Amino acid sequence: MSLVQLAGVSKVYRSLKGSDYVAVRDFSLDIREGEFFCLLGTSGCGKTTVLNMVAGFEQASAGSITIAGRPIVGPAADRGVVFQGDDSLYGWLTALGNVEFGLRMRGVAAAERRQKAEHYLKLVGLAGQDHKHPSELSGGMKQRIQIARVLANEPRMLLMDEPFAALDAHTRADMQHELKRICASTGATVLFITHDIDEAIILADRIGVMHAGPASRLKGTVAVDLSEPERERTHDRFVGVYRQVHEMIRDEVAISLKRAH
Amino acid sequence: MPAALRSTAGYLAGFASLFLLWHVCSAWLIPSVLFPTPGKVLLKAIELVEDGTLWEQTSASLARIAAGFCLGSLLGIPIGLAIGSFPIVRRLLEPYTEFLRFIPATALITVAVIWFGIGETSKIFLITYTTIFIVIINTAAGVSAVAPNKIRAARSLGASSSQVFFHVALPATVPYILTGMRMAMANSFVTIIAAELVAANNGLGKMIWDSRMYMLVDQIFVALLVLGLMGFVADRLFRWGIYAFAGRFSPVT
Repeated sequence: MSLVQLAGVSKVYRSLKGSDYVAVRDFSLDIREGEFFCLLGTSGCGKTTVLNMVAGFEQASAGSITIAGRPIVGPAADRGVVFQGDDSLYGWLTALGNVEFGLRMRGVAAAERRQKAEHYLKLVGLAGQDHKHPSELSGGMKQRIQIARVLANEPRMLLMDEPFAALDAHTRADMQHELKRICASTGATVLFITHDIDEAIILADRIGVMHAGPASRLKGTVAVDLSEPERERTHDRFVGVYRQVHEMIRDEVAISLKRAH
Repeated sequence: MPAALRSTAGYLAGFASLFLLWHVCSAWLIPSVLFPTPGKVLLKAIELVEDGTLWEQTSASLARIAAGFCLGSLLGIPIGLAIGSFPIVRRLLEPYTEFLRFIPATALITVAVIWFGIGETSKIFLITYTTIFIVIINTAAGVSAVAPNKIRAARSLGASSSQVFFHVALPATVPYILTGMRMAMANSFVTIIAAELVAANNGLGKMIWDSRMYMLVDQIFVALLVLGLMGFVADRLFRWGIYAFAGRFSPVT
């Protein structure tokens, strides 16, 4: 059963100089309940625009976006967002305070929200770091706080915009592994944006490849039907999926490079 | 602890060199009755402390600064928050802030005296005036500088507009407010002396002006010394207060 539906969605940015920029045009996508969906595309292809519209941060210029059948009109607690950088964390709150934030805003009693926040801090591997402020934590730990903060709010869906792009290779691999584990244990539905094919194959149940921008839409989807041991970069079946995805995105990279010059 | 010790020792050495330089200049390079040595100034200071004059003048100036500074901050913070939060308020109030902030408080001293007399009201008016615009501009800039992702995150965690304001925009702006207040504090010292030089019954500025009439150069230097010291201590106290009560909002960490 599909949880989020985008049908014929377009997004046009009006510019002050008169020429409009069409970020996405006629974009359609269904994300199923419990599915980990990776949206893969070259830089500037509009994948963040798609996520921002699902999050409700931006309005579609045309088409419809629904969650569980209801149109999305703005941000709400049913869609938790994990941002790429750490500027969305609240520096004046502790790790615990950040994770409790959503529960506090929604009026959950202190004892209950503390218990929940501690549970999710533990789930993301931050047990014992409750009283540290974000500035005292490493980049990987800050992303863990962001993930715990969203999970503690128990949204229907997680929206992740290249959350590991700013991390070093080892931390990134570690975080991908952790996210996989967390999603398996919570059964969360995820829309995950990335430009990294490896990352998409490691994480996704399904990968959607976007055309190069502007006026981008979905080029096609690839089901990633791999078992856990097969999600190793050197595994034959992993390489098979990689070839398939690479085949789809190769031309788009060439187009986007040409347009950039 | 050794780091703190090193920094304190560095400070003391810095201050010692300042007074040494002063002594070298006044005792040997430019020996003149018009340029007293630190020793002479210190003796004069002790004399003025003992007869109570110094405290009387200093406390008069300090009370004016405290009253005007608090009033200016109390008015400036909400106005700055409103300007930063609502474009309509910004458009309405920007002519005031952008025009009036270029008229220094010192230029308004004569007007203030004509309006409010030479008593406390004119001084507090001038300090409030010099404080309010710096606080407004810094506060408004702070609100505009809140990372949009902080607000977006709050909205998708279920926060309402007023919750976004009180739980995100306001705390994120605190470092800017404190920076504005610190700058305003420095300006208040400039303004109070200028105001007391022109028209006052007491205060350090008045003390400097009176000393000039009787050529009491060492007494002028006592007032200058106290001003420097007061500014230094006020700034330290402010920074200490930020660390102690709002360390997590601190603009200096």
